[in-house]
Order: sequence, then C-alpha cells, then structure tokens
Amino acid sequence: MLKPLLDFEKPIAELDSLIEELKRSAANDERRREAEHDNVDIESEIARVEERREQIMREVFANLTPWNRVQMARHPMRPYTLDYIQAICTNFIELHGDRINADDPAIVGGFCQLNGRTVMAIGHQKGRDLKERQHRNFGSARPAGFRKALRLMQLAARFRKPIITFIDTPAAEANLMAEEEGISRAIAYNIQQMFHLPVPVIVAVIGEGGSGGALGIAVGDRVIMMEHAIYSVIPPESCAAILSEFGRDRGRASEAAAALKLTAQHARQFHIADCIVPEPLGGAHRDAAAAARALGDVISAQLLELESIPTAALLDERYRRYRAIGSWEEIEHAAVALPLPSSHVEGPLS
Amino acid sequence: MAKSRWFSKPAGRNGTTVSNMPEGLWVKCPRCAEIHFAKDIERNLRICTKCDYHYRLHANERIALTVDDGSFNKIDDHVVSRDPLGFPGYPDKLARAMSSTGLTDAVVCGEATIDGRRCIVSAADFDFLGGSMGSAVGERLVRSMELSVEKRLPFVLFTANGGGARMFEGLLSLMQMAKTSAGLARMERAAVPYIVVLTDPTMAGVYASYASLGDIILAEPGALIGFAGRRVGNQDMGMKLPDDFQSSEFQFRCGMIDQIVHRRDIRNTLSTLLMLFAEEDANAQASA
Ligand SMILES: [Zn+2]
Repeated sequence: MLKPLLDFEKPIAELDSLIEELKRSAANDERRREAEHDNVDIESEIARVEERREQIMREVFANLTPWNRVQMARHPMRPYTLDYIQAICTNFIELHGDRINADDPAIVGGFCQLNGRTVMAIGHQKGRDLKERQHRNFGSARPAGFRKALRLMQLAARFRKPIITFIDTPAAEANLMAEEEGISRAIAYNIQQMFHLPVPVIVAVIGEGGSGGALGIAVGDRVIMMEHAIYSVIPPESCAAILSEFGRDRGRASEAAAALKLTAQHARQFHIADCIVPEPLGGAHRDAAAAARALGDVISAQLLELESIPTAALLDERYRRYRAIGSWEEIEHAAVALPLPSSHVEGPLS
Repeated sequence: MAKSRWFSKPAGRNGTTVSNMPEGLWVKCPRCAEIHFAKDIERNLRICTKCDYHYRLHANERIALTVDDGSFNKIDDHVVSRDPLGFPGYPDKLARAMSSTGLTDAVVCGEATIDGRRCIVSAADFDFLGGSMGSAVGERLVRSMELSVEKRLPFVLFTANGGGARMFEGLLSLMQMAKTSAGLARMERAAVPYIVVLTDPTMAGVYASYASLGDIILAEPGALIGFAGRRVGNQDMGMKLPDDFQSSEFQFRCGMIDQIVHRRDIRNTLSTLLMLFAEEDANAQASA
C-alpha cells in the first residue's frame, strides 16, 4: 500500500486501503462466509470502490496546480534513475569515478543495452530511505559527479554509443567544498562539451529539473519530460523568498511555482521539451513498470530517428536547437522602446 | 530646485550614497568606509584611493576604459527581452531598468580595437536587473560569438552579473546558459580566442556557463564570484566559511582564474594577450 504522502493523495489512499481490506476479506474463508450470510458480494464491492477511486483520481489529477506538480516531481515514491535504467535496459554495468579524485553517488552512469544495442545511461540519483538519501546527497551533484558524467559521455562518444541522460535533481551542490572544487566550471564545461558529442543524446526529465544542476547533463538532441516532471530556473521556494511580489516569503512558493511556468506542459510550449510522456493515472509511482515502459518506448522511437541523421547534421541541429531558444524581439528605436507583455514565445529562429 | 543638481548619479550604484550629504558629490567606500570626493574616485578609475576597493563600473564606463577612443561600434542593442511568462512585475522592472541605465538590456556588445588590435567586446551592467541573463542577453552574446568566429576576432567579455539567469524569464533564461555555451563550443572548434574578465559580482547561472569558459580567465581583485549565495547550502550545515569565500582571491586559490589583475593594468594585460594570440594565429596561417 502507498502511504498518503501528499494532501491530494489522501482520499485516494483511503480508498486504496479500503480495497486492500476488501481483498483480504475475499481471501479469508471465514470473512467470505460472513459476507455471503449478509448477502454482500465482495467482488462487486471491490469493483465499485475501484471505480470510485478511478473517478476521484481522474478529478484530482485533471486539476493539479503548478505547485501540485512540484510536489509530484519531488514525490518520495517516484521512480528514480536507476529504477528506469533497470526497467528499460538490460546488462547495465555501472561505471564509477571521475578519474581525478572522487566518485559522486548523486550521479550514476554506465553502459547497458536498449533493444539489444549498447547505450550509455547517465542520471541524477536520489535515495529512497534516509540513509541512502544522505549517501546520494538528495540528488545534488558535486563537481566530481559532473566530471564523471562527462567522462562517461566522452567514452560513449569515442565508441559511437548513443547517450541517454535522466534528469532528477533539486539543484547542484552549493556548499563550500563544491565551490572549492569548481562546481560552476564543472557545469559550464559539461554544457559546452555536450555540443561536441558526435552521437545522439536523449534527455529525459523524470522528476525535478533543477536549474544548472540539471542542465549540466541535459544538453541533447531530444528532450523528453515525464508528465509530472518539472524544469525550473530556480526552486519556487527560493524565488518566493527573493521577490517582493511574493512578500519575500518562502511560504508563498505555490504562487512562485505558478509564475515560473515550470511544468512539463510549459516546457513543451517553450519548445524546450519535444514531448511529454503520459504517466499512469495518479503518477509514475502508482505503476512504475508502466511508466518505464512508456518512457522506454519514446526513447527507443527517438533513438531510431536520431541514428539515421549524419553526425555533422546532428551537431548542426543540436546547435540550432539551443541557438533558437529565447523570447526576444528586435526594436527600431532602442532608446525609447518599452517591452510589452506577451503571452507566447517569439523569436525569428524558433 | 537646487537639490536636483546633486542627484545626477544613476540610482542603485554601490557605495555612492552618503546619508545627510548631497548625493553625487561624495561617496563612501563600502569596504573601508572612507568618505571621498566623488571626482577623486572618478579620476582614479573608480578605485578607492585609500583601500584599493574596485567600485562597480557601468558597461559604458568599462568599455570606455578598455578600448581605444572612438573605436567602439555597438552591435545588437536593438535586441530586447519580452515577457514570455507574463511574470508579475517583470515589464515594469524592465522598463525601469531601461530608463535608469539608458541601456536596453544588461550587456553591451560591439566591435572595437584595444591598442589597435581588433576584437569583439562585451560588458555587463549590474544596474540592469543585477546584470541577470535573460533572452536578450543570451541572443546578444551568441551573435557576438558568431561574429567573432565569422571575422576571426578574439572575444573579450567583462562580466558583472550578480543575478545569474534572470528568473522572470523562467526556463527560457536557464536555457541561455546552454545557448551561450553552444556559441562558445563553436568558438572552441574554430580556435578563436575568448578572454573573460570577471568583475564584481559574477554569480550563479552566468558563472556556471559562459563566465567559466574563457580560454583565459582574469578577475579584478575583491570581486564576488561564486555559484550560489553565501547562505545557500552552507549556513544550514554550520559550515565555517573562509572570510574571503567567493572572492576573486578565493577562486584564484581554487584554480579557477588565470590571474587577478588590478583595474589599472587590465587594458595592458588584454593588449598583451591579444598580441600573443595574434602571433600564434599569424604563425598558424603562415604554416597552413
Ligand atoms: Zn576604501
């Protein structure tokens, strides 16, 4: 049974436990006899409650606010990178270390097979229980993590193996040690070098796309987002804490989340995500296998597409893709013009 | 009103306000608290005559200090950011930044000569929304990089971007990190020199993208340079931070900067570097 972790999951969780209880009764001879005696058909009762649960889930998940999406993206039961790799790929051999001085458990990676061909899979890794969460530093990578990721990407490129990255991080580590070890340079260098990789790169945002920490392994030819994933320049809590528009109050993060337009649907509108993978009703954690199948199918299809493109064209297209991102316009009289609000993105190149 | 004469300085500049004194005439050094006659500071390249504190420069002042007189040809300042998110307050903030700085966004780019050597120059202005990087900044920088490659001219860039990626443009501003780095990947492949001068302040998304990717990285002394603010990630853990945390000197010690260069020497250092790169370039072309 799933614990009711988010407020809007509570009514669903109540029905979950009711269904579980009914199923236990159905499996218990004595309880069955009692039910028969009372003229209750447990099977149809289960079906009735399941239908009710489905209906409630549809209502709840059709009306998620941007803040609810943030909560979903951070859901502690959500499948993580290694869950997806194990489900989608075979023969995964994890490769460790940045070959300088460390191995960062917040980023994992290694060779594996997808549909029988070798690929390099890399991603941020969060932990499931308290101990693992600390070990993985909550998915916040240090410079060593980014350097390991780049080493693996360049290794894959040398052997002409496509690269798949899984994005799920609140942010890059920002403490003293990270600063001393050059976190900014590590991220910047990864971003730059990813434009040189002569193999297809597919990026899948599976949970939190947390600013520079995400982007450090997220330059690719295709960007996929899971339905309840987010992608943001700043955590909504920090945004609310900084801006007077939100009273400089972290407690107003839900308003900041709405203003930041950080959902998968927005990323699609901004032409930053190419497609959104629908999640099982209630979120990927309610049926991790189905979520992985859906993501795996999309990755496979895109890989097939990308592999037919000659390397020079692939790199050219990758450059153009990022070159075109932005919302700007050209004005005639710079000194007098004032910006106008616009509800959509426009750029001559997009 | 006689008083208005004193209020000639643009708003928001660091260290220029002295309470109970007419603004603009006097400045108080943010580091040593010495009160100076503003003209003395101006004459000293806006460096404190007592403690050597480097005041922030406006983009136009920076360019004037760096390039040969009359050599600067501004490019692309007609590229301006929109408000793609409909972010609360952003159009107002943009409009106010434009009127208070006289700029159209946080970087000024152009072609110029330094000691007669042609190059592309870009300078950021902290007073324009903290020098933060939105779509217009990204577009202007990439155009400058493309021009550098096309003309095979070195690109000299001064940062002053305390804001990092401009959050009012959301994910689009985050992606300017990738966009500018894409431009620099092209410069890297074309072997056109890219020289960065880090000035106060250089933070977050800017430091974690084009500011860290210079072939040569210089910094002015005492600048604030880092990934995330002091509070993020450190206070919670009770970590003791060095006094000079995230300063030029700290980053130099960590191996992130080639040289810390005093403001009065920057022009000469750039000139020498351009000469050294040009010599290499000439030899490469001669042997090709
Ligand atoms: Zn001083």
